[in-house]
Amino acid sequence: MGMLDPLKGFKLTFKQIFEPRVTSPYPVRKRPKPARFHGRHVLNRYEDGMEKCIGCELCAGVCPADCIYVRGADNPADAPVSPGERYGFVYEINYLRCIHCDLCVEACPTGAITESKMFEFSFTDRNDAIYTKAELVVDDDGEPRHQPWEDWREGDDALTSGWMRATSPSGMAAAEGRAQWSADLGYGRRAPEKGQSDLPEADATEDLSVRKVAASKIPRRLGGRVR
Amino acid sequence: MTPALLVSGDPVALGRATIVVVAIVVVKALLAFGMLMTAVALMIWFERKLISDMQNRVGPNRAGPFGLLQTMADGIKLMFKEDLLPEGADRATFRLAPFLSTVPAFLSFAIVPVGGVVHLFGYTTELQVADPPIGILFLLAMSGVAVYGLMLAGWSSGSKYPLLGSVRASAQMVSYEAAMGLSVAAVVLVTGSLSTRAIVQAQAAHIWDWNLVRLAVIPFVIFLAAATAELNRPPFDLVEGDSELVGGFNTEYSSMRFGLFYLAEFMSTITMSAVIVTLFLGGPDGPVIHLPLLNWLMPIGWFFLKTLAFLFFYVWLRAALPRLRYDQLMDLGWKVLIPAALGWLIVIAGFRVGRVTGLVTFAVAIVVGAGMARAFAVGQVRNRDPATSSSTSGDFR
Repeated sequence: MGMLDPLKGFKLTFKQIFEPRVTSPYPVRKRPKPARFHGRHVLNRYEDGMEKCIGCELCAGVCPADCIYVRGADNPADAPVSPGERYGFVYEINYLRCIHCDLCVEACPTGAITESKMFEFSFTDRNDAIYTKAELVVDDDGEPRHQPWEDWREGDDALTSGWMRATSPSGMAAAEGRAQWSADLGYGRRAPEKGQSDLPEADATEDLSVRKVAASKIPRRLGGRVR
Repeated sequence: MTPALLVSGDPVALGRATIVVVAIVVVKALLAFGMLMTAVALMIWFERKLISDMQNRVGPNRAGPFGLLQTMADGIKLMFKEDLLPEGADRATFRLAPFLSTVPAFLSFAIVPVGGVVHLFGYTTELQVADPPIGILFLLAMSGVAVYGLMLAGWSSGSKYPLLGSVRASAQMVSYEAAMGLSVAAVVLVTGSLSTRAIVQAQAAHIWDWNLVRLAVIPFVIFLAAATAELNRPPFDLVEGDSELVGGFNTEYSSMRFGLFYLAEFMSTITMSAVIVTLFLGGPDGPVIHLPLLNWLMPIGWFFLKTLAFLFFYVWLRAALPRLRYDQLMDLGWKVLIPAALGWLIVIAGFRVGRVTGLVTFAVAIVVGAGMARAFAVGQVRNRDPATSSSTSGDFR
């Protein structure tokens, strides 16, 4: 404590003027999203074009926000929609309720429902909030269908398939490095994700957390450069 | 005060009111108004940008280059918003109040000398809208009127928080006006004139003649603190106290009426900075190159530069200091600023009489000041501990 303590605030605030900003001009430039980012859902298809959804309604059952509505139906014998006995006849997600918790993705036994990284879809009509099957199922190239009100950016539709969850070993060392899932339309079968047994080196990944990026730009004498 | 006396510094009152003279006065008034409005727009931008810099943010950067047009965008938005009139409001007063705070803010700028003297069409005119002989008293009068704006705004809203805000405002402004007046009195004492032009001219000779130095800084500091309180700017922004009073006296205001309060706040910030420059920093005084155009443009430049420094300081205050508690505010006003201003005024008066008298008054002022400080400290302790206090006022702390 000294006489000049009240003036410390002036010194500090003045110094901030010359410090770098960490703010990025959001709509112009966007930060790359993490690999497991939860965005708008997609319904995947097999490489032969068959839908993965079997209409089991497990996703609807597990959904904490009650936003999924599924009705299954028997596959027509002459033109089956999915490889199994039944398929998702009606599939609707209400995005006014969805909290993007990804529990449906966890619950799905066939990896039919996964999430893309697209989260900027502000509709002007409440009916647009309810995505039907026609909007959710991927197109013939295995890419998510883009709606007019959605803001898709570069890389938002990468890593959307069931590959992500299906190749993660869930902590089981025995399952590491083994792809446990079928191929996806448009993506085929990808190499399995690295397990947790041998940790990747700290700075190998590009996507640091916001906090770390921000801290890296603050001089060390001010308590920055945490990484 | 007759109207003729009010404007006696101007050619109109000197019986030479030709059409050109009237035109010059009108043009000066319009020019000052236009400049002040532009300055307000830029000041709002400047404040937002600077405070965002000090808080490590980016600040407005969408409208125009560097977000310069942000104020314009906000103004247009405000104009098109619905103008709400609360049901419990006193309608006429509610409508009047914003103007009561905007008009004085502009009027007090009229007495500020912006530059030197200009020769136009054979007439000589001072670069200030008016130079009334009551000069600086006009400023005090106008800041007195501005209290009505806030007071009536809060009262006429017919709502509790605005009323609380306006009660705070009037109490605060009235108490700090005393300290402000006393520090102005010190300036007037050494100048021997109330006219702002005379005050500026008295400081023009040398930097040591600036009232800042001449009055030994203390009146300047007191005036600066009192002016900040008068402006209701941080750290004395209890009037607004958005976290306590939902925005304060202007809570019920919307649309352009709210805009007017906002305008008034920034306008009086600019005006007050200009007044401080006039009173203590020699106004447009500064080194001048004697060339045809430069010799009247450079003083204006100096004036703007000094004013800008104070505007920067006001923003800086906002970034650096937290809001005072109400009792702290009142303590600072009544127990520190007013006694200090009064004591210093007497000391200055003493030195005007002679060196010995000055030193004697200085010694007396210090002794009295120390005694008062001790008395306040004792009172503080008694108030804090109700057992030793005979009154119950301690319970309210």
